[in-house]
Amino acid sequence: MARKLLLEHINVPGINTYDVYRSKGGYESVEKALKTLTPEDVVEEVKKSGLRGRGGAGFPTGMKWSFLAKPEGVPRYLVCNADESEPGTFKDRYLMTHIPHLLIEGMIIGSYALGAKTSYIYVRGEMMPQIRILERAIAEAKAAGFLGKNILGTGYDLELYVQPGGGAYICGEETALIESLEGKRGNPRIKPPFPAIAGLYGCPTVVNNVESIAATVPIIRDGGEEYAKVGIGRSTGTKLISAGGNLKNPGVYEIDLGLPVEEFIYSDEYCGGIANGKRLKAVVAGGSSVPILPANLILKTAAGDARLMSYEGLSEGGFATGTMMGSGGFIAFDEDQCIVRNTWNFTRFYHHESCGQCSPCREGTGWMEKVLHRLEHGHGKLSDMDLLVDVSKKIEGNTICPLGDAAAWPVASAIRHFRDEFEWHVTNPSAAVAGNFGLAHYADPLVIAEAQA
Amino acid sequence: MLRVENIQTQATPEFSSALLAEMADMVSRYPEGKQKSAMLPILHAVQAEQGWLSSEAMDRVAEYLKIESIEVYEVATFYTMYFLRPQGKYVLEVCRTGPCCLVGAEKIMDHIEQKLGVKEGDITPDGLFSWRGVECLAACGFGPVLQIGPEYTFYENLTPESVDRLISDLTVKANN
Repeated sequence: MARKLLLEHINVPGINTYDVYRSKGGYESVEKALKTLTPEDVVEEVKKSGLRGRGGAGFPTGMKWSFLAKPEGVPRYLVCNADESEPGTFKDRYLMTHIPHLLIEGMIIGSYALGAKTSYIYVRGEMMPQIRILERAIAEAKAAGFLGKNILGTGYDLELYVQPGGGAYICGEETALIESLEGKRGNPRIKPPFPAIAGLYGCPTVVNNVESIAATVPIIRDGGEEYAKVGIGRSTGTKLISAGGNLKNPGVYEIDLGLPVEEFIYSDEYCGGIANGKRLKAVVAGGSSVPILPANLILKTAAGDARLMSYEGLSEGGFATGTMMGSGGFIAFDEDQCIVRNTWNFTRFYHHESCGQCSPCREGTGWMEKVLHRLEHGHGKLSDMDLLVDVSKKIEGNTICPLGDAAAWPVASAIRHFRDEFEWHVTNPSAAVAGNFGLAHYADPLVIAEAQA
Repeated sequence: MLRVENIQTQATPEFSSALLAEMADMVSRYPEGKQKSAMLPILHAVQAEQGWLSSEAMDRVAEYLKIESIEVYEVATFYTMYFLRPQGKYVLEVCRTGPCCLVGAEKIMDHIEQKLGVKEGDITPDGLFSWRGVECLAACGFGPVLQIGPEYTFYENLTPESVDRLISDLTVKANN
């Protein structure tokens, strides 16, 4: 059984209340930080932990914190990105629902480290129940003296507020989130200046994912070096994985980074294999924007080694034969799923969610959606695959924010690995509308047989 | 989808005193002079009370926040959660994104359309229901899912039977 740093007490009845959370050692990290560590010490511990941003980009959190400008007399802000909208990802919703005080404790630690006196948790608007849960938890923490004026008698003041979004994927991008928090459309800003210099209201700001902030609690409790002992290489600590799609036991799992993908999918401790006795066809390992991999490449790298769930392990082989950790949204496809249809669905999503600011993304996502729609509905041409790759390449890297890349990668990777399935849609249009290409050669039967034995 | 074409100009009810108090509380969360930050939460609160955002309601929000009306319109038209025309009492918003489709979301949408007898975006004759497909609701492990505002209650692992039950429960609730 892997250790749990975030979800250790998730099944304790009443852990969503202050009293129970406190009785399980909750808020001891805040006490330790505020009473025995300087803000610089806290940043140093997070640096030592090797914690990398859990929202998708994987940038070292401690380093992000150390970049924050600290001009005299200018307020600084910590903003939690709880706009969880990446298809396949639902870990933050789970964490906020069941153990909200863990996030609040992390927000106090982070705000103290950064010298923020007001902090915001930006929660996607659809998570109204979670907003209510967080507001109640904040009130409890305030009543217990962990928020407000002169926290624990240390002279540190902090107010924490929850801000609802309005239903826009783009607000998960940190500068779009800041715009939205200022009451505007979620159009990403051109960087530089980075938020660390000019963020919310033009003031130095750090934006961190829910899970990154929550992870600072065990880091401060055990020390950064202890945290760094978990995991593998530069992928330290544990990671929440949202497992969905055609899995026997979908849900949120906390894994030690470095767990073999095969164990994650097939062991009963985690997903328990593919639902309904089907076989695995493909996996999107890190949320909809990361490259899709066929079963044989997600279970083993091109070199034949077991693929590991870590930042480096999932990206082993680059985009040619690998993918990315992303946000940890793990979507499994069984043999009955159609890659073309799913690629069309994802592209429609990105077209719908493009903010419209940059033409390559605004227009390109729409073009890709149309071409994929006709392929899926039996009107495609054999030249469409090259056209799609061409459009995706012209979006990638040519936009202000990474939504363009996020839209381009799923299309390019689907054609890279499943080109014959796309071609089959063109050459057998009526069969493609009525049925499915099936598993074909994407799963190595030997691997599947071993795993099920 | 052009969502602004059918804005109706029927009289918009006054904001209740509870709503105004809520708006004042929201504005207090931001630094002096940054009251525009309260825009999204205020629009949610107005919609929760009135069911949708009429242009008159948006004008009032602009006046309250001491900003131009266009600043409210551009926000209300950008974010998908704001309704710019009247909706059914209950809006069934079904996730239509990839992971939910892997486990049958498209069938659920077809079923809802058939059961309610109205197309996506339209309101049932009794005014009780409308429905639409929305993008990923961050509940991918429990799909298919739908949500119903203004509290955005989630209904997970949907089947045609559970959808039928939900619709009949809501009908009973509305008629009592």
